[in-house]
Amino acid sequence: MSLDRVMGEGFFTTTLDSLTKWGRSNAIWPMPMGLACCAIEMMAFAGPKYDAARFGSEVFRFSPRQSDVMIVAGWCTYKMSHAIRRVWDQMPDPKWCIAMGACASTGGMHRCYGVVQGVDNFLPVDAYISGCPPRPESVINAIMKIQDKIKEEQSMSLDS
Amino acid sequence: MNSDTKQALLQKIRDKLGDDLHEVYEEYQYPLLRINRERLHETCRFMKEELHFIYLNDVLGTDRFTSVDRFEVIYHMISLRDQQRFFLKVFVDEEDPVLPTVTDLWTSANWNEREVYDMFGIRFKGHPDLRRIFLPEDFKYFPLRKEFPLLGVPGSLELPSSTPDHD
Amino acid sequence: MPSMELDQNISRKRPTFFPQHQEAIYKSLEDKHATVEVDKSDPLATRMILNMGPQHPATHGVLRVLMELDGETITKCRLDTGYLHRGIEKMAENKTYQEFMPYTDRMDYLSPYSNNVALCLAVERIAKIECPERANYIRMIGCELARISSHLLWLGTMIMDAGAISFFIWTFREREKLYDIFDEVAGHRFTVSHSRIGGINNELTPVAVEKIQKFLREFPKELEGWHKLLDRNRIFVDRNNGVGQIDHENAIASGLAGPSLRATGIAYDVRKFEPYMHYDQIDFEVPTRTEGDNLARYYCRMEEMAESIRIIEQCFKKMPKKGPVRVDDAKKSYPSKDEVYYSMEGLIHDFMMTDTGVCPPAGAEAYHAIEAPKGELGFYIQSDGTGHPWRMKIKSPSFSNLQGLETILDGEMVADTVVIIGGMDPVMGDSDK
Repeated sequence: MSLDRVMGEGFFTTTLDSLTKWGRSNAIWPMPMGLACCAIEMMAFAGPKYDAARFGSEVFRFSPRQSDVMIVAGWCTYKMSHAIRRVWDQMPDPKWCIAMGACASTGGMHRCYGVVQGVDNFLPVDAYISGCPPRPESVINAIMKIQDKIKEEQSMSLDS
Repeated sequence: MNSDTKQALLQKIRDKLGDDLHEVYEEYQYPLLRINRERLHETCRFMKEELHFIYLNDVLGTDRFTSVDRFEVIYHMISLRDQQRFFLKVFVDEEDPVLPTVTDLWTSANWNEREVYDMFGIRFKGHPDLRRIFLPEDFKYFPLRKEFPLLGVPGSLELPSSTPDHD
Repeated sequence: MPSMELDQNISRKRPTFFPQHQEAIYKSLEDKHATVEVDKSDPLATRMILNMGPQHPATHGVLRVLMELDGETITKCRLDTGYLHRGIEKMAENKTYQEFMPYTDRMDYLSPYSNNVALCLAVERIAKIECPERANYIRMIGCELARISSHLLWLGTMIMDAGAISFFIWTFREREKLYDIFDEVAGHRFTVSHSRIGGINNELTPVAVEKIQKFLREFPKELEGWHKLLDRNRIFVDRNNGVGQIDHENAIASGLAGPSLRATGIAYDVRKFEPYMHYDQIDFEVPTRTEGDNLARYYCRMEEMAESIRIIEQCFKKMPKKGPVRVDDAKKSYPSKDEVYYSMEGLIHDFMMTDTGVCPPAGAEAYHAIEAPKGELGFYIQSDGTGHPWRMKIKSPSFSNLQGLETILDGEMVADTVVIIGGMDPVMGDSDK
C-alpha cells in the first residue's frame, strides 16, 4: 500500500476528510481584528444574547497563532493595513477571513484619503458582511457560510 | 457666563495690547479676539497668568484660502475661576507658516499643535516634538489644505503586498 | 530580510513599512526626558523597548504604546495614534450638515446619540434655529441613555482586562436592553442618527416609553449589586488604588477631560458650566473625587450612571405631554413625512433640504460643546453661506485624555498599563478623527 494509494481518493481519505471537516467547521476560533464600531457588534455577538460559543467559537483568541478565522471589523486605514497584513501572515493555515461591515468590505461611507477602500486590496477575503454595523445575526450568517465553505473545500488528499 | 466679568477681562486685554488687538467680536456670547502674530506668546502668557485662563481646550487651524494671510490658528481657552470661554485668533501667511509654540505655558498644546502641523503644515518654533500625529511621517502632503483632493493622491500611502512573500 | 542592528543597549529591527515614521517615533522616545548627558551605562541591557502594538486585546481599539522599560517599570512612553484616522473633518467640508450626521455616530461609537446631539446643537446655534421643547427633552433622555451605555461598556471591558471575565457578560446583558430601547426609538441598535437639525426624527412610541420605564426600574438594582461586588473587593481595590495617579494641576495642564478630570478634583462639567438644552431645570449632581487614581475614576463613572437614571426620571416628569418634535420652518429642518408624501411643497422642501441643506449666514462661526460620556465634545463650525461647512473642527475628549495618558504612564508598572488605559476609557474613533 503506497502512500499515493492511501492518501489519494479512497475510503480512508474521505472518512478522515469528513472527520476533519466536522471538527474544523464546528470549532472555528475567531481572531477579532476589531478596529471600530463593528467591533462593538462583534462583542455583542460574543455576548450573552447572540452567543458565539454555541457555534464552537467559544474563545476569541487574540493571538494569531491560535486562531482560524480573522474577522476584520471596522474601517482599515493605510497606516493600520500593514499591521493587519502582518498579523494575517502569522496565522497558520488553514485560515479564512471575514470582512465585517461596509467599511471593511469596500470602504463604506468613508470615501477619503485615509481609508483603504476594502480590505480585499491586501487580504484574501472569504465572506463579506454588509451593514453598518451589521446585526450580530449577520455575523452568525457569515460564520455559517464559512462553515459551509470548510465542508465543501477542505480535503486531506495529497493532490488537492 | 457673567457678562460683567467678560467686559472686564476684555478691557484688560485691550489695555495690554492696544493696537495689536485687531478685531474683537462675539459669536453667541463667546468673544473672539484677533491679535497680531508678533504678540501671540506674550498675550497667551498674560491670559494664563494674569487672567487665569489655565485650561487650554483646543488649538485649531483653518485654511481661509485667500492669497494674503492664508491660514488662521485659533486658541480656545477656558477660565474656570471666572467661568469664561475665549477664542484667540492669529493669521498666518503661506510663505512663512511659523508660529511660536505655547507648550511652555500649557502642556496640552503639545498634541494640538502637532495636529495643526499635520493637517496644515504650520510649524511651531520651539515645540519639543514636532512630528505628524495622525498620518505617518512618510506622507508628504497636508490634507486639510483646500487644494488637497478628498480621495487623496494615489500612491502617497503604500499598501502592504497581497502575497505572503512580500514581492 | 530585516537585519538586526545592535545599538549599544537597545536592539531594534529595521522597519519594513513606513520607515520614516518608525524612525521618527523611536527617536522621539529616546529624546523624551533626555538630559544633556545620555546615560549609556547599562551593561546588563536591562532597558528594553516594548511595543504594545496597534493590535492588542486591551488597548480599546487601535492604539500603539511604545514603552521603554527598566525591569517592570516604565521609564518613559510614547503613544502613536492615527491608526483609525480617516479625515472626517475633510469629509465634512464636502457634505451638508445633515449628511454629516452618520459620521458623528461613528466618532465616539460607544455613545452615538450624544455625538448626534452635539452636531445638531452646533448647527442650530450657527443657523439660529430654535428647537421645540419636547424634542429637547427626548434628546436629553437619549443622551443620558447613551451615557449609561458607554459607561457600561467601560465597566465591562476594564474589569475584563483586570481579569474578571463574567462582568463583561453582565454589562453586555444590560447593554442589550439598551440596544432594544434604541431599536424601538430610532430603528437601529446603536449607530442611531435620531437627531435631525431642528429636532428629532420621530416621536417616542408608547412601546418605547414602556421599555425605558422598565429599564429605569430594573437598572438601579443591578448597579447596586455591582457596587456590592466591587467596592470592597480586595483584589479590585488593590489593583486600582494608587494606580495611574495624577494631581489636579497636572490634569489641567495636560488637558484631561470628563470623568478623568473630575476624579482629580476639578468639578468641570459642561452641563453645569454652560447648561444646554434643559439641563438647568433638572436637579442633578456632578460626582467628583480628589485622589486622581483609577479607583477615583471608577467611582466617578459609577455615580454618573446613577445620576443619569435620576435625570431621565425627571425628564419624563418635566417633558410637555404633547408637542412638535421638529421646528416647522422649511428652510431649517426636514418636513414631516406626511407632508412629503401628500403635498407638493413638502416634496420640494424635502428635496431642497437634502440637496442644499441648512445654509447658515456667510462668515458665521459658532462653537457648541456638550458633556459626552468621555468629556467635553465640541464642534466648531465656520460657514461660508452654502450648505457645506467651510471648516468643521471637532474637539474630541479622547484626544485630550490620551495626551494625559502619556504623562500618567511614566513611572507605572507595565502590568498596570492595561488597567490604566481601561480607566481612562479612550475611544479611538473619537481621538483619531
